[in-house]
Amino acid sequence: MWQFMHKLSSPKYFYDLSGKMLPWFILATAILLIYGLYAGLILAPPDYQQGDGFRIIYVHVPCAIWSLGIYTFMTITAAIGLIWRMKMAHIMVRASSVIGAWITFAALATGSIWGKPMWGTYWVWDARLTSELILLFLYLGFIGLQTAIPNRQTAAKAGAILLLVGFVDIPIIHFSVDWWNTLHQGASLSLLSKPTISPSMLYPLLAMIVGFGLLFATILLMRTRNEVLLWENQSRWVQRLISC
Amino acid sequence: MTQNNLIKTLYVVLKHELLLAYRALAESLQPLWFFLIIICLFPLAISSNQHWLNQLAPGIVWIAALLAMLLSIDKLFWADAIDGSLEQMLLSPHPLSLLVFIKCLAHWLVTALPLIIITPLAALFFHISWHTFTVLILSLLLGTPTLILLGAVGSALTIGMRNRGVLLTILVLPLLIPILIFGAGSVTLASQNINVNGQLAFLASFFIVSLLLAPWAIAAALRISQE
Repeated sequence: MWQFMHKLSSPKYFYDLSGKMLPWFILATAILLIYGLYAGLILAPPDYQQGDGFRIIYVHVPCAIWSLGIYTFMTITAAIGLIWRMKMAHIMVRASSVIGAWITFAALATGSIWGKPMWGTYWVWDARLTSELILLFLYLGFIGLQTAIPNRQTAAKAGAILLLVGFVDIPIIHFSVDWWNTLHQGASLSLLSKPTISPSMLYPLLAMIVGFGLLFATILLMRTRNEVLLWENQSRWVQRLISC
Repeated sequence: MTQNNLIKTLYVVLKHELLLAYRALAESLQPLWFFLIIICLFPLAISSNQHWLNQLAPGIVWIAALLAMLLSIDKLFWADAIDGSLEQMLLSPHPLSLLVFIKCLAHWLVTALPLIIITPLAALFFHISWHTFTVLILSLLLGTPTLILLGAVGSALTIGMRNRGVLLTILVLPLLIPILIFGAGSVTLASQNINVNGQLAFLASFFIVSLLLAPWAIAAALRISQE
C-alpha cells in the first residue's frame, strides 16, 4: 500500500498509469450516465405532483451532492499534500477546483430552472440554496488565491490552509444559514416532499449520482494529466514526450 | 525563566504594535472614518424614513463594521514583511501562534475598540433604543475579535500580493457569514424584545473556536509565505 502511494506520488508514474486507466473511466462513466439518463428521462413514470418537471433531479441532485463531495475530496487531498509533502496531491487539488466550481454552478442553475415551474420563482432565500451559493463563493475564492500566487508550490500550500479553514467553517455556515432562514421566513419550501421514492425513479438517480462521481474522476484525471505536464515541463520525460 | 521570558516578549510585542499605531494615528483611525461614512451612505441611498432606518440599522451597522475590519486587516502583516520583522518573528524561539495572537489583539484594540466606542453615534443616527443599543455593543464586542482572527488568516495567505485587498475580501467574506447572521440577528431580535442570550452565546462560541484554531492557521500561512 505504502509502496503504491509512493509510486503514485511520482508525476511520471501517475501520468503513465492514468493514461492506461482513462479509457476505462470514460467507458464506465458513459455506461452509467446513458443508463441513468435513459431510465430517468424516458422509462421512469412522471411524478404525480410535479409531472415530468421532476426529471431535472437526475441532473440536479448529483450536482448538489458532488458540489460538496468535491470540496471534501479537495480538503482531504490538500491535507495529505500538506502533511506528506506530496506534489501529486497538490496538483490534483488544483485540477479539482474548477470542476467543483462548475458543478456547484450547475447545481444552482438546475435548481433555479426547477424552481420556476414548481415554486413560481427562480430564486428564494432558502437555506439550501443560500449555502450552495456560499459554497460557490468558497470555490471562487480558492481559485482566486491559486491564480494570484505565481509560484505553484506556495499557491498549493496556501490553498490547502484556506481549504482546511473553509472545511471547518462549512458546517457552521450551513447551520447558521438554516437558523437565519427560520428566523426570516417561517416555513421553508422543502425540495422533496415525498417520504419515499419508488424504485423505478430511485435506481436511475443512484446511477446518475455514481455516474457524476465517475465523470468527476474522469475529468479530474484528464485535467491532472495536463497539470502534471505543466508542472513538470522542465523535466526530461516531459521534454521527450513533447518532442516525439 | 523561559516562562517569564515569553510573557515579557509578548508584552514587548503588544507595546511595540500599539506604539506603532499611535505614531501613525491618522492612519490607524481610517477604519473608523470608513465605518462612519458607510453608515451615512445608507440613509442617503435608501430613505431617511425613521421606521425603515430603525429596521435596517442592525444590518447596516454590522455590514459597515465587517467591511471596516476587512479593509484594514490586509495591512496586518504587510509592514512586517517589508521591513523584515516578520522573518524575525519566524526565527524567534517563542511560538509563532502566540506572537500572531498578540498582533491580532493589538489590531483589535486599535481598530475594533474605537469603532465600538463610536457606535453610540450610529445608535443616534438610526434612533436605536437603549436596550437594542446594549445588545449591539455586546454583539460587536463578541463578534469583532472573530472577524479579526479570520481576517488575519486571509491577510497571512495574501501577503505580498499587489491586489491583496480585493482578494482578501473574496476569501474571507464567505467564511464570516455566520458571524454576520448571528451578530445582526441578535440586534434585530433585541429590537423586537426577544431574548438574545442564545445568539450572543453563539457569537461567543465562534470567538472561542476561532481563538483556538485561527492562530495556528495564521502561523502556518505565514511560514508558507516566507519559504
